[in-house]
Amino acid sequence: MSHDSGFGSGGYNFAYLDENTKRMIRRALLKAVAIPGHQVPFGAREMPLPYGWGTGGIQVTAAILGPRDVLKVIDQGADDTTNAVSIRRFFSRVAGVRGTTRTAEATIIQTRHRIPETPLTEAQTIVYQVPMPEPLFRLEPRLAETRRMHALADYGLMHVKLYEDIARHGHVSTAYNYPVMVGGRYLMSPSPIPAFDNPKMHRMPALQLFGAGREKKIYAVPPYTEVRSLDFEDHPFRPHRADGCCALCGSATSYLDEVVTDDRGGRMFVCSDTDYCEERQEAAAAAPASETEDAA
Amino acid sequence: MMQPGFHDPVLDAQSGFRAVLEAMSRPGRVQALPPGLTPPAPLQPATAAVLLTLADAETPVFSDAGTAAAEWLRFHAGCPLVASPAAATFLCVTGTPPALEEIDLGTDEAPQDGATLVLQVAALREGGALRLSGPGIEREHRLHVEGLPEGFLAARAALAPLYPRGMDVILCAGTRIAALPRTTHVMEG
Ligand SMILES: [Zn+2]
Repeated sequence: MSHDSGFGSGGYNFAYLDENTKRMIRRALLKAVAIPGHQVPFGAREMPLPYGWGTGGIQVTAAILGPRDVLKVIDQGADDTTNAVSIRRFFSRVAGVRGTTRTAEATIIQTRHRIPETPLTEAQTIVYQVPMPEPLFRLEPRLAETRRMHALADYGLMHVKLYEDIARHGHVSTAYNYPVMVGGRYLMSPSPIPAFDNPKMHRMPALQLFGAGREKKIYAVPPYTEVRSLDFEDHPFRPHRADGCCALCGSATSYLDEVVTDDRGGRMFVCSDTDYCEERQEAAAAAPASETEDAA
Repeated sequence: MMQPGFHDPVLDAQSGFRAVLEAMSRPGRVQALPPGLTPPAPLQPATAAVLLTLADAETPVFSDAGTAAAEWLRFHAGCPLVASPAAATFLCVTGTPPALEEIDLGTDEAPQDGATLVLQVAALREGGALRLSGPGIEREHRLHVEGLPEGFLAARAALAPLYPRGMDVILCAGTRIAALPRTTHVMEG
């Protein structure tokens, strides 16, 4: 143990965490991958950012990140929010890692509340920030009891809740954090992504890792693993998407945010995924007029 | 004199971990570990690198690799060595593995406590007679393993009904690794 990587001269370790903490998180990550959808407890550390800033996701990213990685951080689909910029800067400072806003360029994507529109590949890992990892917490507040339910795969309570929803509203009213079954065994919270993004998790070529800092849990979905949104035969899962096209790039398939454009109640829909939207606008600007029309 | 450990403990552990994570995420895909480790015989570089990457004072290790290897692991990883397979978080096996029912498989509530078997074999390469399926595998991965202990695959398959309890395997040969997490279904021929 005569050498080190030269990091730490600024008073911090490579990727901020000390080696014992990284090893502990790495061991938890491997078991999470080996048991898809199962929440593995870990000894979360205090991070120099407040809870709610994705300390669980940051610790997962810090435990896997290396100097050759290219990191993208998104918050609600955008790379330029204070939260996303802070996290990207943090890793640039403590790990010297290159940041990007381009989904296709990133090797690691840390996200809060969205999955990028551009399909992820085998060369990528997506790290979700998770505020509440327990999908049953609203139905059963006792942790010992939810652990027992996961051990027995006893998820009747969740089915009853969804069915009551259907009875009351005619459909499942859950628009975010819509529960999924992973590998046909574990009920899992997908984190507060829109239900629209749930199908992207199913058999995704990229590795999906989830970190919950306050609740001290890590879980994972390996590549090409079955992820099914809970539903019923007579009420199949139907994720909601605003009916319209992006006002900036014309996409008719991306997830849209409604934005207020002036103080007289003017509104428009734009892509929530800012990188996807910008790339489409750039492609349209670069293409000859006839192709632009084809794409529209 | 004690052979050295990682040249750069921080970055070698990081790249070693990414190889193990990739191996565990895509069972049967062979990953190369950074070369450079010269552990005492019979440990090969990959076996040694996996243990240096993951083991420490928190993780009891069972080893059948002899005194020099045990001393090297104790010195560089700082891990306690245990004589009982049941007490181990990691089992470093270069010969015949202990009976699998002696290994900690975790509980239904805490299946993550199931041990990791770091199993050194003669050779590993992609393609070959073993057909793997399960999470992490798009359709099927094929793996060739030389020197797998007699009866090991059958004994491992007998644990499958206990899922989520189970044991995860990291196969090591030379500087290469491939993993068989508990979810991987292996068929021969
Ligand atoms: Zn757009």
